[in-house]
Amino acid sequence: MSNVLRPSSDVIIDVKGVTKRFDGKVVVDSLDLNVRRGEIFGFLGPNGSGKTTFIRMLCGLLTADQGEGTCLGYNIRTEQLLIKRNVGYMTQRFSYYEDLSIRENLDFIARIYQIKNRKEAVEQSLVKLGLQDRSKQLAGQLSGGWKQRLALAACLIHNPKLLLLDEPTAGVDPKARREFWDQLHDLAGDGLTVLITTHYMDEAERCHRLAYIAYGKLLAQGTTAEVIQSTRLTTWSVTGPDLVQLSQILRHKPGVEQVVAFGNTLHVSGRDSQLLESTLSALKTSSHQWAKIKSGLEDVFISLMDTSEDNYKSK
Amino acid sequence: MSYFSFHRLWAMVLKEFIQMRRDRVTFAMMIGIPLLQLTLFGFAINSDPRHLPTAVLIADQGTFARTLAAELRTSSYFEIIEDAHSEINAHTLLQKGDVQFVISVPIDFSRKLLRGEKPEILVEADATDPAATGPAITTFKYLASQAFDRDLKGPLARLKQQPGPLSFNVHMLYNPENITQYNIVPGLMGVILTMTMVIITALAITRERERGTMENLLSTPVRPVEVMMGKIIPYILVGYIQVTLIILAAHFLFHVPMIGSLVLIYCVVILFIAANLAMGITFSSIAKNQLQASQMAIFFFLPSILISGFMFPFRGMPIWAQYIGKCLPITHFLRIVRGVLLKGNGLHEILPELWPIALFVTIAMTIGVKRYRQTLD
Ligand SMILES: Nc1ncnc2c1ncn2[C@@H]1O[C@H](COP(=O)(O)OP(=O)(O)OP(=O)(O)O)[C@@H](O)[C@H]1O
Ligand SMILES: [Mg+2]
Repeated sequence: MSNVLRPSSDVIIDVKGVTKRFDGKVVVDSLDLNVRRGEIFGFLGPNGSGKTTFIRMLCGLLTADQGEGTCLGYNIRTEQLLIKRNVGYMTQRFSYYEDLSIRENLDFIARIYQIKNRKEAVEQSLVKLGLQDRSKQLAGQLSGGWKQRLALAACLIHNPKLLLLDEPTAGVDPKARREFWDQLHDLAGDGLTVLITTHYMDEAERCHRLAYIAYGKLLAQGTTAEVIQSTRLTTWSVTGPDLVQLSQILRHKPGVEQVVAFGNTLHVSGRDSQLLESTLSALKTSSHQWAKIKSGLEDVFISLMDTSEDNYKSK
Repeated sequence: MSYFSFHRLWAMVLKEFIQMRRDRVTFAMMIGIPLLQLTLFGFAINSDPRHLPTAVLIADQGTFARTLAAELRTSSYFEIIEDAHSEINAHTLLQKGDVQFVISVPIDFSRKLLRGEKPEILVEADATDPAATGPAITTFKYLASQAFDRDLKGPLARLKQQPGPLSFNVHMLYNPENITQYNIVPGLMGVILTMTMVIITALAITRERERGTMENLLSTPVRPVEVMMGKIIPYILVGYIQVTLIILAAHFLFHVPMIGSLVLIYCVVILFIAANLAMGITFSSIAKNQLQASQMAIFFFLPSILISGFMFPFRGMPIWAQYIGKCLPITHFLRIVRGVLLKGNGLHEILPELWPIALFVTIAMTIGVKRYRQTLD
């Protein structure tokens, strides 16, 4: 078993121009990505934007049509087998055996990876999961959230150096999600690198760095603050009466790109801050409180998504 | 970097066993199908086979013997493949299944015929498949009696009187009472193994693909050969259970004589099981979903019962069908099982049927491993 990483391995994922087409349709469009050791890297984007496809190319499940790069120092085109040994991949859809019990599933994976102290490793991960009492239960009978937890335990069993997690927390309750993220940060502290996709904003904010893709194109990359900054989005909040009518009026005004209701508050955003400000000043009345606030990640992503869709359609 | 690991193979085998145990219905089917078929097949389908290979031993030098041989040659029922030079030679041919009949004309045939002494013609028939022999013998008697019509003229015409100028001594070898079950039941072994083994494994990989577990399997270091063999090995065992069931039923229910060595059957059956499993795995790696896979299995199964010599006598089929039949492992396996059980064939006699099956395994397995997609592309 080759555990030795190649030198200059502080960059765990380093790919350039990765492209994938399905039936002539470009699904991942010359993506460049760098992920460093010990980093939790968030991979975000709307449904069908190519996140799963990109991850599959990283771990050798799909072959890229174009592009080069390394994962853990191994060539993603020619050394897929070496990558597979050192990567833990958690698929978006539950992909363990539903007709095998929890313990049998873990045991199977442990055997496939030829783990030395197999029984111990399985026992430990059962304890960590808190499932040692139910270890005989069939995986298919677990609730959705528990399936996710089992899958995470299974893809950690061989001590991978890189975790590729495809929506690992979909359908998991808030407490379990928090525990999950605490665990991820612990693992990252020990030098494990994590690439994770999610649709939750709070999770995105817990990542060290983010990438946002839509329709296969990388639209923004960096820390949360950097990503928010890069779109130069201005957001105002409004509180007061008759917000529904106000929002309908606002929607068609120049400079207004998004109007979102949060309970008793409206968030109004646009990228052209001067145009937005002049539009709003004409509407300001004493019955409403107006305040300029920091744009949230969600506002930014929705803005990115809207504009990219325009690009896509105009072609 | 290891390209094959027994640990990983063993992991696959164990997993398959557990899954097999959990899937009670399928497991019950694998045991139930042999029982059902054995009880249902109490009948055989007759047909009119032609060009049956026949050896002729002519000891007589007279004209009538030659007339008889010529008559047989022109008939479409018999194909005189050899004027056998000795009795031993002829019987070896019969034993190996190279000929279905040996016809012996005695030394003083012509003389006895002229004297009206009704010379006796000895017909030895391989009756393992009664459907093939019965009609042929009737035809032979008719042909032989008619053969001399032209020659028996004038004063000799009196010899034509009923019940004919000849007498026949027919020896039904291997299955003297013409019991069709003797032929059908050993044949069922081939049919049942083909049916269950091909379908089960045809679904094996497509099921992983459909349930999404393939994506996981592909992301681990497990190799294609390990996956395939891991899926084949547990079913070899199931195949042996089926074989045992059929042999028990053949013995206790149908009283099929078992002249040959059961050990030999058990030894060679593994090759046939492997052939079917390899075929199934190959379908599995080609099909996109489980429905396609089971359709492919049926597509393979139909010729396996229709043109293998199971339902209809092999020699009754047109030549092109015989060629296709020869490509199927079951055709050869049927000859082996019938040969060993009914005729007492040994390894030497079945060798010519063994290597085609081995060749089939190799080809099917190679295609399967080649077609197994290591990516999701
Ligand atoms: N095997 C395939 N064959 C054809 N098209 C595919 C295949 N896999 C994915 N696609 C297409 O590629 C695009 C990207 O799919 P992908 O699964 O990568 O999106 P995603 O970003 O993971 O979406 P989600 O957030 O919904 O999981 C989609 O339009 C999808 O229809
Ligand atoms: Mg996805």
